[in-house]
Amino acid sequence: MNRATRVSEEVAASPLAVQGLTVSYDHRPVVYSVDYVTPPGSMTAIVGPNGAGKSTLLKAAMGITRRLTGDVRVFGQPIERMSRHIAYVPQRNSIDWDFPATVIDVVTMGLFRNLRWWQFTRRHHREQAMESLARVGMEAFAERQIGQLSGGQQQRVFLARALTQQAELTILDEPFAGVDAATEKAIVEVLKRLREEGRTLLCVHHDLATVRDYFDQVLLLNVRRIAAGPVEEVFTERHLQATYGGRLSTVQLARLVDDQVPVTLGSA
Amino acid sequence: MSDFMMFSLVPLTVAVVISMTCALLGNFLVLRRQSLIGDAISHVALPGIVVSFLLTGTLASTAMMLGAGASALGTVAMIELIRRLGRVEISAAMGVTFTSLFAVGVLLLEWHQASGVHLDVEHALYGNLESLIWFDGTGPAALFDPVALADLPPQLARVVWVGLVVAAFVVVFRRQLILGSFDPDFAASVRSYPALVDLLLVTMVAVAAIAAFEAVGSIIVIAMFICPAAAARLMTNRLRAQIAWSQLFAVVSAVLGYLLAGQGLGWLGFDVSVSAAGTIATLAGVILLLACLWGPHRHRTGVAASP
Repeated sequence: MNRATRVSEEVAASPLAVQGLTVSYDHRPVVYSVDYVTPPGSMTAIVGPNGAGKSTLLKAAMGITRRLTGDVRVFGQPIERMSRHIAYVPQRNSIDWDFPATVIDVVTMGLFRNLRWWQFTRRHHREQAMESLARVGMEAFAERQIGQLSGGQQQRVFLARALTQQAELTILDEPFAGVDAATEKAIVEVLKRLREEGRTLLCVHHDLATVRDYFDQVLLLNVRRIAAGPVEEVFTERHLQATYGGRLSTVQLARLVDDQVPVTLGSA
Repeated sequence: MSDFMMFSLVPLTVAVVISMTCALLGNFLVLRRQSLIGDAISHVALPGIVVSFLLTGTLASTAMMLGAGASALGTVAMIELIRRLGRVEISAAMGVTFTSLFAVGVLLLEWHQASGVHLDVEHALYGNLESLIWFDGTGPAALFDPVALADLPPQLARVVWVGLVVAAFVVVFRRQLILGSFDPDFAASVRSYPALVDLLLVTMVAVAAIAAFEAVGSIIVIAMFICPAAAARLMTNRLRAQIAWSQLFAVVSAVLGYLLAGQGLGWLGFDVSVSAAGTIATLAGVILLLACLWGPHRHRTGVAASP
């Protein structure tokens, strides 16, 4: 089997395969020619310093941000026709939490594609939304105004909305930013259960110390792709130094490699 | 009664319909924190209307609508251009755009008046509800008389049509409007085309502003967009209830404002009547003030409570 057909088979099976993706702002590339084929059923962390283009890569792949060049495929098809297979959990700070909506309203937004304009949300839609809320342990908050929730609760509501979309691939942008430890654990459990069901997860992640615990794949990104693959192969001192441009101290690296003392680099 | 039919029925209906239409759209402007776009659009409707008047020589509604609509879309493009090229805040770009275009409109208006055509500056700015007289409205029977109905001021049918179009837009695009205001990135990810819906909303605002132009003028219409919706936001944390409140506030300020302007000062012993549009806008402002002072949801909940 030659290399070309092997790659295309990989791409055909992948819920998100990007090739040569470049995004630029003001003639400056923020993501430069990135290739990544997400293995189906995997849980990938996208790791890199601030301004490395992690969120931009995902947004451009989904068509939220305009890409300069690049080919994005979902199960081998152009993403434009396949976007219903992708659920997206944006960064929490990109949302207007003051909006007059309740928790159940937000979760029902996940059914957007299933509802035509003349259809109103019916009981079975509500039930579907309540099921998703139950999976993240938030069913008691259904009628709460979204702004009244804590950061962690808001994140769980967002996860519930993504669950309602029943997509093959869920893309999360820093789902653990600004949430308490208990919520982080709860979210990880939900994500792992999704993976057990055969779904794929792609996650921008900041906490280097938990990459080994939570994820099986990692994409190290700093404008360009530095390295990508299984965590145990790729998440090494050499690659991390390359990703962070030598800004990690040997002490920090030793901690990451040796034990699980939390080290957080950069903030949201 | 026949006095009411002849002099008040049409202006009152126009005021109510325009207030409700503007307030309905205002809800989404307020939620998007784009209140200023309503201001910008209503200001630049003026040069659009003047230019179309200069070109066609009439105040025919179609020409005016097209002129003002074109200038509204031109404004949106100009704001974007200034924002990108000048790299300034969107509010700065809006401020520059609408004040300068409005100034152009005023100059055009004065210049063509010098050339002998008539389009009143004062009415363009403050509107003239009181001029919408139904000469055949001599009694309740006129409501069922096709000849008398045909004599209704054309502005009435125009604002009703605009009101229906705007209401249909909000109903059809309700999910897109909500999604695009609340979470634009998610909206884009589910192909709800938030940017396109944004543009449609601005177009609807332009259409409503133009319809309101003749009735209330191009300055006072901003109060109709923002005051009822902003006051409504302070009354509830539910979107449907907010829209209902905004409609109630719109009706109350239109009806009370119109009556007060015509009669109210007489009741108070003054022998004058004042501009109905001005009174309506003032009342809308008073309602907003009251809501700010006593509305049940004045405290913003957007800041997350402790975990």
